[in-house]
Amino acid sequence: MTSLQTEPDPSGSFGDFGGRYVPETLIAALDQLTDAWKSSRNDPAFQDQFRSLLRNYVGRPTPLTDCPNLTRHIGGASIWLKREDLAHTGAHKINNTIGQVLLARQMGKERIIAETGAGQHGVATATACARFGLPCEVYMGEEDVRRQALNVFRMQLLGAKVHVVKDGSRTLKDATNAAMRDWMGSVDHTHYIIGSVVGPHPFPAMVRDFQSVIGIEARAQCLDMLGKLPDCIVACVGGGSNAAGIFHPFLEDASVEMFGVEAGGRGSQQGDHAATLSHGAPGVLHGSRSYVLQDPDGQTSPVHSCSAGLDYPGVGPEHAAWRDSGRVQYISVTDDEALASFRLLSEQEGIMPALETSHAIAAATSMAANRSSDEVVLVNLSGRGDKDVTEAQRLLESHIPKLD
Amino acid sequence: MSRIDDIFTSLRESGTGGLMPFLTGGFPSLVDTRNALLGLEQAGASIVEIGFPFSDPIADGPVIASSMHEVLESGLRVESLFELVESIRSDVSLGLVAMVSESIIERMGLNEFTHRAATAGFDGLIVPDMDINRTAPLRALADKHDLSLTFLIAPTTSVERATMILKACRGFVYLLARAGLTGESEQAPEIARQVDMIRQQSNLPIAAGFGIATPEHVRQVNEHADAAIVGSALVRRMTEADDPAAAAIEFTRHLSEGLQAS
Repeated sequence: MTSLQTEPDPSGSFGDFGGRYVPETLIAALDQLTDAWKSSRNDPAFQDQFRSLLRNYVGRPTPLTDCPNLTRHIGGASIWLKREDLAHTGAHKINNTIGQVLLARQMGKERIIAETGAGQHGVATATACARFGLPCEVYMGEEDVRRQALNVFRMQLLGAKVHVVKDGSRTLKDATNAAMRDWMGSVDHTHYIIGSVVGPHPFPAMVRDFQSVIGIEARAQCLDMLGKLPDCIVACVGGGSNAAGIFHPFLEDASVEMFGVEAGGRGSQQGDHAATLSHGAPGVLHGSRSYVLQDPDGQTSPVHSCSAGLDYPGVGPEHAAWRDSGRVQYISVTDDEALASFRLLSEQEGIMPALETSHAIAAATSMAANRSSDEVVLVNLSGRGDKDVTEAQRLLESHIPKLD
Repeated sequence: MSRIDDIFTSLRESGTGGLMPFLTGGFPSLVDTRNALLGLEQAGASIVEIGFPFSDPIADGPVIASSMHEVLESGLRVESLFELVESIRSDVSLGLVAMVSESIIERMGLNEFTHRAATAGFDGLIVPDMDINRTAPLRALADKHDLSLTFLIAPTTSVERATMILKACRGFVYLLARAGLTGESEQAPEIARQVDMIRQQSNLPIAAGFGIATPEHVRQVNEHADAAIVGSALVRRMTEADDPAAAAIEFTRHLSEGLQAS
């Protein structure tokens, strides 16, 4: 393996991927954001404020939890969880929104917009905005509004305005288009908090930076509690922010294998899954070059996943670079496997994972089964499953015994 | 590109300024686009932009974005637009420029796309979402196939960045007449400052667009720029009309009242 590029080059590229494929109107704002982000990295006052909010408001560090029952049930490597579900608002998304709201304030932006799929990023953005008294508007596809009704209500309770997006596939991709369109017209006073490691430079590297607290903590916790690094790390990948956050601090630990788990949906036909790195090809979507799911004319393909947060036809450009370099392997897990793992972790450990995260659990259990008992499989438990119970109830109805 | 060069040379000689209507390719049908193209020259257009419908048009306002989604739902393919242009090329002397997302060009392949565009009879490409650091391969192919190649300058574009953009363009540069999205607006755009900035470093013709909706806007834009681009206002009229092509031609004729020798 050639030496791995861990930061984008000055034009915002990770090798062939990344960059800024956006209308010129946004370039000045992206330059301003790049400057603010870069100077914040070396600004002790910014870092102190960020760390203090993560500790006292978000509740970090999140625990590292063993899974004695699941490990026994599977019979193989021991499974450990990095508990991002215990972060404030119930998922890792808050790490990024706190960081970006601080940058927005520094840049003097008075209004925040965001896109959301599962609603976790929308909730995390609305939460950070409530804390800092900034008006917040969230774009969400009509299909996701239906699937994630609880999170819509949470955003409204937090004071955010939710725009229902009815274009195209009415999911995360279209919500992102709508938010970009808003930003084109409002960029002088508005900051757009992208929720994943996607979009034009500097978003992929900046969001990964804010999320890398996950991997930094996990690495120290493994050394402290296990006396060694994990043998492999597993994380689900939609856009890829929780995975980038846990992977990045381990990139140079050559002994640590890493697996990104995409949504295999109901099959490998185009339109039946959202496994961009497994089935896609290099192309451009939402401002950067990465792997994408497109038809032969370059039109974005329809995608499917039971999980709204993974239901996305693109993926972060840094993941594309990790895939091509071989540093991270990307696999996919079907809806049915994810739903089975949603039940399994709930039953075995009393931890109900998000449907997104359930994909990582499914992959981790099959990996652990083939490894020896002295090995450690670490899963990023990116979010909790409360938001998914209604959808899971619909999908699992026949599996759950009726009450007398 | 020779056709585009000739058109701007003659516009500068006549001093009238030019008018560049935008049509969403295939909207509301290929026949409407065809009929509009056949009538726009008479109505006062010098160059027509044909927008290639894209599933994720972040650069366009709601009117054009929704026209694109409608066309894609009808199943229109990229090749259909090449065939359309091929079928009318010998009937019009208009400049015909494809406004196309990088995603569509890259998926077909840069070589294949530029070759097909040129053989179909397109005179140039506008790529509104191109990464300006990565234009070299497309520039070489535009030169090879004698296509104009246009990127955008915004009100917020710095002098240094404008230099890069102008070097990457062939034929003409597209100046965004205002910040924000394409769409109609009451106010006349203020482009004098950015036009001066461009003129100080380049003789490249300037087409200015975004929010142009009246003959008076056309006149004001052409006081500074070489041509005025009209997009959303035209597409909206086509959306609402019983005969979309006739509406496009009629509106273009109306806007051309803003063209006058200075």
